[in-house]
Amino acid sequence: MASNTDSEGAPSPGAPARPPLPAGRFAGTGSLGGQLLKTALLGLFTALGVWAVLPLYVADNWWGIGLVVAVVGLVYWVYLSGRTVPAKYLLPGVLFLTAFQILPVLYTMSTSVTNLSDGHRGDKEQAIAAIEAFSVTRDPDSPEYTLTVATMGDPETGELAFLLTDAGDEAYVGTAEGLDTLSGAEVDPASGKVTDAFGYTVLTPAEVNARSADLQEFAVPTDSGAGIRSSGLSSAFEGSATRVYDEDCDCVTDTESGAVYHADDERGAFYNEEGERLAQGWQVGVGLDNFARFLLNPTFASSFFGILLWNVAFAASVTFLVFVVGLAVALTLHVPRLRGRALYRILVVLPYAMSSLAMYLLWRDMFNTDFGLFNRMLGLQVDWLGDAWSARAAVILANVWLGYPYMFLVATGALQAIPRELGQAAQIDGAGPWQAFRNVTLPLLMVAMTPILIATFAFNFNNFNAVWLISKGGPFSPDNPTAGATDLLITYTYRLAFNEATAQYGYAAALSVMIFVIVSVISVVSLSRSKALQEVDR
Amino acid sequence: MRDLLITASRKEDTMRFRSAPAVTGIAAIALMATACGGGGADEGGGTAAEGTLVIWSDPERADAIQAAAEEFTEANGIEVEVQGLAFDDIQGDLLNAHQAGNAPDVFIGAHDWTGNLVRNGAVQPVELPQDRAAGVDETALEALSFDGQLFGVPYSQENIFLMRNSELVPEAPETFEELVEVGTRLKEDGETSEVLAMAVGQEGEPFRMNALFTSAGGYLFGQDDTGTWDPSDLGVGSDESIAAMEKIAEYGEQGEGVLRRSIDTENDAVLFYEQDAPFFVAGPWNIGDANESGVEYAISPIPGFEDGGPARPYIGYQAFFVTEGSANSALAQEFVTNYVTDPGFVLSLYEADPRTPVQSEALESVSADDPNIAAIAEAGADGMPMPSIPEMGETWEPLGQAQAQALAGEDVREAMEAAHNTIAEQIGE
Repeated sequence: MASNTDSEGAPSPGAPARPPLPAGRFAGTGSLGGQLLKTALLGLFTALGVWAVLPLYVADNWWGIGLVVAVVGLVYWVYLSGRTVPAKYLLPGVLFLTAFQILPVLYTMSTSVTNLSDGHRGDKEQAIAAIEAFSVTRDPDSPEYTLTVATMGDPETGELAFLLTDAGDEAYVGTAEGLDTLSGAEVDPASGKVTDAFGYTVLTPAEVNARSADLQEFAVPTDSGAGIRSSGLSSAFEGSATRVYDEDCDCVTDTESGAVYHADDERGAFYNEEGERLAQGWQVGVGLDNFARFLLNPTFASSFFGILLWNVAFAASVTFLVFVVGLAVALTLHVPRLRGRALYRILVVLPYAMSSLAMYLLWRDMFNTDFGLFNRMLGLQVDWLGDAWSARAAVILANVWLGYPYMFLVATGALQAIPRELGQAAQIDGAGPWQAFRNVTLPLLMVAMTPILIATFAFNFNNFNAVWLISKGGPFSPDNPTAGATDLLITYTYRLAFNEATAQYGYAAALSVMIFVIVSVISVVSLSRSKALQEVDR
Repeated sequence: MRDLLITASRKEDTMRFRSAPAVTGIAAIALMATACGGGGADEGGGTAAEGTLVIWSDPERADAIQAAAEEFTEANGIEVEVQGLAFDDIQGDLLNAHQAGNAPDVFIGAHDWTGNLVRNGAVQPVELPQDRAAGVDETALEALSFDGQLFGVPYSQENIFLMRNSELVPEAPETFEELVEVGTRLKEDGETSEVLAMAVGQEGEPFRMNALFTSAGGYLFGQDDTGTWDPSDLGVGSDESIAAMEKIAEYGEQGEGVLRRSIDTENDAVLFYEQDAPFFVAGPWNIGDANESGVEYAISPIPGFEDGGPARPYIGYQAFFVTEGSANSALAQEFVTNYVTDPGFVLSLYEADPRTPVQSEALESVSADDPNIAAIAEAGADGMPMPSIPEMGETWEPLGQAQAQALAGEDVREAMEAAHNTIAEQIGE
């Protein structure tokens, strides 16, 4: 994209300096329709801002509110002031760039220095709350009650009370103070639920539900140190938390086994002396550990650099082959004498018009050893996707087939733009067809094609579908089942982050950052080189 | 020059003059749009909003749950909204939504997610009243427990089984050897072109392979006396497991050629429906297509090896979970404890998506009508619940790859030990 603006939009040197833009002419005296449109758009934008602020306000997120107000304020200033004409054109693009490009990259970078993964998603308080809540078990042999939730006084704010009946139809009332017998309550004999009791307001299901948060905290204390807790709307059980967090020692004690788990704030989990951990951990910063892991750890480093090498080779060979094939077809169909060129062109472009997802799956099936088209037609017994090199060839082949029509289209367009006189002039000067192509047509073509080639390379560098749908990154060697022979960095990252096993977002984010750096460096270097190429042409 | 200055200042004036009505207009439109937007949000999305119980389900069952929940709405005065997601996406999406604070109140899931859901603190413990628990298969409840605590309410189970072309093979094979013998004879007679359609694929299918793997003596994780899985006793690289895979590899590509990587989940069913294979390792999800294919089929357990133990296919349970932090936890708990365990509810879900119920009353009434259900349940009689510990997730890919390599004819010990090390390394972290 950037190169297009560079090559087309840059003013040629020596052109007179542009006069300063008369800003006021655009700002002040626009037509009434324009004013109304501007008013409407700004109104909608303000509404968007209000809509974004409301949940932030509920969540007490003042930084977020400040950001929204600042952005809305910026938009107002730019579009109501008369002095900011260039900004009016730039602002939407800049805002979208920030929201959809820069912020995700920053977020990925910030994730890459944490241990965010399954078992380490939330913060420490959430982990402790989960550990305590999940350890509440029903005491064996303890009675089971039929529950009616009631309050003392107002259903919305009154103190909660459990009206309980046991198997012997004895009625009790449980409050925060403890359990007591309840006399004079009306009990529905079928369900065992209390329908009316003096001094208590029996809640409807919807009213109970509105108190869900209170209800989860509420337990009627009993003599044994346990508590009676609700389970749904109509049953209660006696149980106790077997794991308790103590702030003083920053540890969790299991009252049943007596084991003590100490918090390890570097690894983000509670560990006991034997090194066993509680399942619920929390997210902590790990610095550059994730990067160190795949750069320095021998197994991961060999996987990473092996994949990186294949990744570059894959992107380069696909780019090169689609360019050669696309250009060759374009040149062939560019010959004016050829009849039925339109028909041929349609046929050649067909693969481009089909859904690439379906095509990848089709190619995968064609490579099947026993039932695939290739082996059946050619009478071969090649284990296409089971052998590292044939799998690589298969992935490249499928991608060249899918990619060359696009290159053909671009090359055809670029060829049309090159005057045929140049070729004829070369011919008159005594150049052969190859010489004419090599020294006249190709350099002119490359002006248009270089940015496309860079884009194709960058796209194929991260061409997830191309590999995932055909080989899933496989085949895998027995000694390393995590990195396959056709794995690209992006499929490797995906397997780490989203496979059936533990999702390792922190590690995957670190890999993504590396991919981002690699693609950026390659793009910047090649774009600056392509600029050099243009200078030569001039 | 002076003229210019004057015009400029006049323009400033007009600007200010026009700004006032513009700002009023903006404010008016903003208010209107906010009002509309606010209303829309209440009706449409509203995940985890108070007053609506949001349930995530796969689209196949969404309508059935919605219909069955009407009674719940009437009894408790709360709207139920069922949102359809692809089943395989539910776990990941739920964990992300839970972290972001907009998770549903209740969701449907597989029992083997339990460990991962628990360690991420995304689900609430469920306490089933004894009379409700009594009606549900005990193994199913154990499968949904973690550290002795129940986290979801199971309603159906599924397991793989052997489907055979009953025209070609009237009698169910007793052993795997017999299956191969019968299949090979049919192949030699030209009746079929394959012995058995069992998906292996390039990445392996440990889920399907488990029946043969256990029969030959292999194991994934050790179990203590109470049946709790012990992640520190990993058995992938054990001598028993290696011997088991070596036995299975005799039927692989370098051996009998019965189990091959070229048969995968894309073409296994087709081989059976087109009568190219007399046997098919199938799941309940194949029944519908099998009925349509016109092949006369019969269902029997997957046979084990002659001198081996019983073949134990994995059993998967489908369950309803309550999200931790749900704003409607009281009603969500009520829904899973008292409605999901209700035979009527289970039967209405069965109508929409026929899976073997684990609620005994519902199972009886279903088995009486549908012989397949009884046959599938019998095929799962020796089955084992898929381990629900979080470590289980780490085993699938490495074990599958090792099994695929073993069947391809590579060194079994090397492959299984490599898989063992990878899994051990992942678990250790």
